[in-house]
Amino acid sequence: MLSRRNPQLNAHGELIHLLSIEGLPRAVLTQILDTAGTFLSVNDREVKKVPLLRGKSVFNLFFENSTRTRTTFEIAAKRLSADVINLDIARSSTAKGESLLDTIANLSAMHADMFVVRHSESGAPYLIAQHCAPHVHVVNAGDGRHAHPTQGLLDMYTIRHYKRDFAQLTVAIVGDIVHSRVARSDIHALTTLGVPEIRAVGPKTLVPSDLREMGVRVCHDMAEGIRGADVIIMLRLQNERMSGAMLPSAGEFFKNYGLTPDKLALAKPDAIVMHPGPINRGVEIDSSVADGRQSVILPQVTFGIAVRMAVMSIIAGNNA
Amino acid sequence: MKLLIKNGRVVDPASGRDERADVAIAAGRIVTVGGVSGDFKPSRTIDADGLVVAPGLVDLAARLREPGHEHEGMLESEMAAAVAGGVTSLVCPPDTDPPLDEPGLVEMLKFRARNLNLAHLYPLGALTRGLAGDTLTEMAELTEAGCVGFSQAEVALKDTLVLHRALQYAATFGYTVWLRPNDAWLGNGVAAKGPLATRLGLSGVPVIAETIALETTFALVRDTGARVHLCRLSSAAGIELVRRAKAEGLPVSCDVSINSLHLIDVDIGYFNAAMRLTPPLRQQRDRDAIRAALADGTVDALVSDHTPVDADAKNLPFAEAEPGGTGLELLLGLALKWGAESGLPLAQTLATVTSAPVAVLGNALGSLAASAGRIVEGGVADLCLFDPGVHWRVEPGALRSQGKHTPFAGLELPGRVAATLVAGHVAYEAVPASR
Repeated sequence: MLSRRNPQLNAHGELIHLLSIEGLPRAVLTQILDTAGTFLSVNDREVKKVPLLRGKSVFNLFFENSTRTRTTFEIAAKRLSADVINLDIARSSTAKGESLLDTIANLSAMHADMFVVRHSESGAPYLIAQHCAPHVHVVNAGDGRHAHPTQGLLDMYTIRHYKRDFAQLTVAIVGDIVHSRVARSDIHALTTLGVPEIRAVGPKTLVPSDLREMGVRVCHDMAEGIRGADVIIMLRLQNERMSGAMLPSAGEFFKNYGLTPDKLALAKPDAIVMHPGPINRGVEIDSSVADGRQSVILPQVTFGIAVRMAVMSIIAGNNA
Repeated sequence: MKLLIKNGRVVDPASGRDERADVAIAAGRIVTVGGVSGDFKPSRTIDADGLVVAPGLVDLAARLREPGHEHEGMLESEMAAAVAGGVTSLVCPPDTDPPLDEPGLVEMLKFRARNLNLAHLYPLGALTRGLAGDTLTEMAELTEAGCVGFSQAEVALKDTLVLHRALQYAATFGYTVWLRPNDAWLGNGVAAKGPLATRLGLSGVPVIAETIALETTFALVRDTGARVHLCRLSSAAGIELVRRAKAEGLPVSCDVSINSLHLIDVDIGYFNAAMRLTPPLRQQRDRDAIRAALADGTVDALVSDHTPVDADAKNLPFAEAEPGGTGLELLLGLALKWGAESGLPLAQTLATVTSAPVAVLGNALGSLAASAGRIVEGGVADLCLFDPGVHWRVEPGALRSQGKHTPFAGLELPGRVAATLVAGHVAYEAVPASR
């Protein structure tokens, strides 16, 4: 049977791909967060570039549409002096019937050094990592419902920035957990970093009981879920889930689980409010909360660039 | 041709016979077992010293991919794989392209199989035209063409009214209906619902997809009296429902696959598409229940669920990969492995792949064929000779099947097939030097 070694680590336990936060040692996560801290200052300089990836080609392979994540990866790679090639594959080669691995083989022949991959199927970046040349690095920019590790890391960076220590925190993740790769990556990161209480909050259609096995407390009641929380992570409710068999309507969801000032008052007074974006005002979050003093939604975006620079520079420095 | 198999350990699961004996074969039948008279002049003698002489294996679920999927498997390659695995009779489901819903297609398949002269082929006819779930097929015509039962294969029948009528009609003529219990709406995921699927972000099939379909089927069986064979149970809860249905006296039988007998969902590891199987691999307690139920007879038969899949169809993200794995050549080894791990006598282990599946087929087989799965004087000489002491490693490239994908790649299995006899002729023989 196949080897069970975590495919994102080399034989020395160093990160060569970033596919998921699951299974990464705490030291690796801390290294990424610390490195991101040093890059944050680069973003404030007049010349926002360091030469760490000079001469390297980073291919953004987005098999699923995204503007925000692709842009932040592009900015991060350019600030590391890499050459960035954006491929909107959702509209090109696979539409012509080319298989995923054929696309990868062709791009490898163009001497790619790194693939940043978004795909609608869970596990697709693992397949790519298993089939690309040994010197090529793969960064998962979101695969199906499985993982969005750089989002998870930037969320950890944000929490550490505002709360310093993970060891005393209560973190509530609210909304559509079952379909959320962000929630899964956050849960793995928070458990690895030692957060004692992680709550998953939402109706039973969106918060399956199996989540308990990932080390979270499942709460179907919003008040119970956010009472006393230090951090509230609101998830985006996708349009296609807003009505149907998962939920009757966006309005009813907002009534029960939308974050309003009243509900936020149940959390700790210094609680921070996070959201991976893009936000649906009036669906999962009230505008006065999204724009309020406890919201750190925009700093998350800024930190995201530094975290992606850290990930790319670290994996590019490690060999398979 | 007359054949004498000397000095072998003859194991006949149906009678419990397990002793050293010679077997004399003539005109495709077993003439004598033990005490072969000196008057018997064989044209060939096989020395089976150190080998088990067992009935040829009978596999109730093997896809040969013909017609329609010839790039994934053909009768030549898959029948060769069957006899290399000691399988002498196999039942193929109707999910070919087009599906086996017309007598002409079945006759052609039977004709091609006969010409190859390897294993016996027993097709299942489609229960509804095109497996579309609307219109019944011509079951009598299909039976005349050689079908041994009727099935919806992997296409769950959504319309309970159609299923009710199909069972009424089949019951009229005594045909068996083969159903894989899977609710059409709940059963669409790519992994078993549970912690692993939740963690990997894979859509999950809940256990209730199986139990709801079983409860519906049992209610319809009670009403119609139809005989139903339940294919490839996957859950402990499903097994328990079948146990109760049998205790109630319902005319039902069932099988499990080699995959569900040996593997669980955590074997998916990092999205290993070789583990993309239907039914999906479930949890440890389900596997434990399946293994116990096969030993205590609640589950009648063990099947390979052989499904050769093209490399292009497997080298895809997990959910997009085509389900299935090659299994004909692994059935014996995986049965023996389970039997040894469960501490069962060899005859009982072999019964799950010989006499028990023949009992499931029942009177659908002709009179001579009904003696398959047994070693009896006057019966058909379908035999599997294997060395129980030899272990071998599953090397996908070395498999005869056109499908090289198996979740058991690299595993060591007991029991190496030395020779396979089909109707008295040697259909497969291992290179003697490798024995």
